[in-house]
Amino acid sequence: MTTTTPPVAAGTQDETPTTRASRVRKRLNSRTATLVAIVIAVVWTIPTFGLFVSSLRPENQIKTTGWWTFFRDPEFTLQNYQDVLFGQSSGSGQLANYFVNSLVITLPSVLFPLAFAAMAAYALAWINFRGRDWVYIAIFALQIVPLQMALVPLLSFFSRGVSLGGVTLMPAWNLDGAQNFAQVWFAHTCFALPFAVYLLHNFVSQLPGDLMEAARVDGATHPKIFRTIVLPLIAPALAAFGIFQFLWVWNDLLVALIFAGGSDVTAPLTVRLAELAGTRGNEWQRLTAGAFVSIVVPLIVFLSLQRYFVRGLLAGSVKG
Amino acid sequence: MNFDFAEQSPKLMMLLWGLIAFAVVVGGLLVLLDAVPAFFARRREARLVAASASGAPLPGRSRSREGLFATFFLLPTILLLMIGLVVPALRTTLLSFMDGGSQNFVGLDNYRWMFADDAIVRVLLNTLIWVTLVPLVATSIGLLYAVLVDKARMEAVAKSLIFMPMAISFVGASIIWKFVYAYRGEGEEQIGLLNQIVVSLGGEPRQWLLDSPLNTLLLIVIMVWIQAGFAMVVLSAAIKAIPADIVEAARLDGVSPWQMFAQITLPSIRPALIVVVVTISIATLKVFDIVRTSTNGNYDTSVIANEMYNQAFRYGQNGQGSALAVFLFVLVVPIVIFQIRNIRQQRREG
Repeated sequence: MTTTTPPVAAGTQDETPTTRASRVRKRLNSRTATLVAIVIAVVWTIPTFGLFVSSLRPENQIKTTGWWTFFRDPEFTLQNYQDVLFGQSSGSGQLANYFVNSLVITLPSVLFPLAFAAMAAYALAWINFRGRDWVYIAIFALQIVPLQMALVPLLSFFSRGVSLGGVTLMPAWNLDGAQNFAQVWFAHTCFALPFAVYLLHNFVSQLPGDLMEAARVDGATHPKIFRTIVLPLIAPALAAFGIFQFLWVWNDLLVALIFAGGSDVTAPLTVRLAELAGTRGNEWQRLTAGAFVSIVVPLIVFLSLQRYFVRGLLAGSVKG
Repeated sequence: MNFDFAEQSPKLMMLLWGLIAFAVVVGGLLVLLDAVPAFFARRREARLVAASASGAPLPGRSRSREGLFATFFLLPTILLLMIGLVVPALRTTLLSFMDGGSQNFVGLDNYRWMFADDAIVRVLLNTLIWVTLVPLVATSIGLLYAVLVDKARMEAVAKSLIFMPMAISFVGASIIWKFVYAYRGEGEEQIGLLNQIVVSLGGEPRQWLLDSPLNTLLLIVIMVWIQAGFAMVVLSAAIKAIPADIVEAARLDGVSPWQMFAQITLPSIRPALIVVVVTISIATLKVFDIVRTSTNGNYDTSVIANEMYNQAFRYGQNGQGSALAVFLFVLVVPIVIFQIRNIRQQRREG
């Protein structure tokens, strides 16, 4: 073997088949490997698949026979989706309404932290000021504070305002109806910032310093550099964090439960589904279709933008 | 059809307001930052011109302007973190030493309650089981799968299958698995996959989610199902980053696949492995949605995050809820310190 041989060829040529037995063993090994991989893949997909198949079956069939019998005796309907999205009765789900709520919660909850964190990340990476490292370390460290630590006081901040020694520093928000979305946005934005700043800082700080220097010499101010040079260059990172935050907010239950409440005006899909699972745990025709309604949007986002998501995941976790 | 657009309009208006607020705040901040320095620059220019005309020494470029810019760039973030995270966290710590209505100081009573009440000890024990099993099993499966599909045909598709649960909400995942665990009486046809398997093997159907401690393990399966994909993606990237010449050299030496894994792959991906275990551990400590959706914490399945929610937001026991939140934080700290020490060690070695 010489070093000039391409590594791909080396791999196949060099497995010197000394004995017949070892060759057989090797093939068995790779067979077992394939088999194990397939078993894992099947176990990982079957539950979702079963739920999906069930959501397309008529109610009486879902409740009396297993979904695997569908293939023997296929009977197909979209009635469950019709019911769960637009049904009249209170128990039917009315998920179309909650779907809108999820959407209204998610959009601003993604945009605000994205913009604020991008600005902060730029300042921490490229503006020279005293105490910069300390500010960065402080924000970085906040990642480890579980959001459970903030829930009780933050809720009272919204409902009672802030007063210090009898002086009202900040009145209660006194929100009502659809206005309650504002406090959900606020909470999601706050909780997202430490990770967002950390992730974007990883990208922003790796931009070439010469570029910034050249722009400074040309007389560009920081806002100008930020808008015209940095933002376009970190677009993939923004996409990565955007997907993260989108999935997190859309799928979140805890923050929504506390700050959006259970009312049909503000509660997102997850809250409604959790409620249905609790009170109507045997109404499988609703739960199966309902679960799919909530899954479909993140799944589309995820599958179409997986590349960015994976990149963000790796930057966020491995570069540490 | 019962979908009234008129009913949705206040919400959509609110969304519009939110987006307008976004445009105004972010756009306004940037415009402000553009306009103000431009104003100062003009003044400075005028001063420079005046100075050169009169022959006085030229004024130096001020450093404080950098500080001004930094302040404005960081202002929204720092303000929100203060209001939304730092101050609340400090207040929660304070509340944990007060009674349920946050009126009187009770010292360490809430913490004593945590370790004295049998139900809560059970909760702590469950959390311990979760945080031991989930990272271990999820990482092992993720690693196994990453090694198995590495350079296999259709690798991307195979990885997507395992990775997909990451896009599904914990609530959705809980419903998916509740359906797998569904129970029908003996003699009836089973609709849950697990009971069907048990029955077809000659066993009796069981109400899986009611039997402690088995039910906790079945809930852990849901979390593993979600997290294995994360482990797989990160570890797969780490495996691909192992220098090809090392792998090649080992292959020339004729090592078996198992030796290759134990002596080449595993040591090379150790840093990634630690990151994965740490990340999953922290996520597991905070698990809430799965327990709440599947069993609502009944039948001895509750965990700290769920109990914290119950105490603070259902029973109005702010003190006890806060104590649980603080305890959660205390549990996270050693994990993070472990990770920081590891990173330092790597830097020293590398």
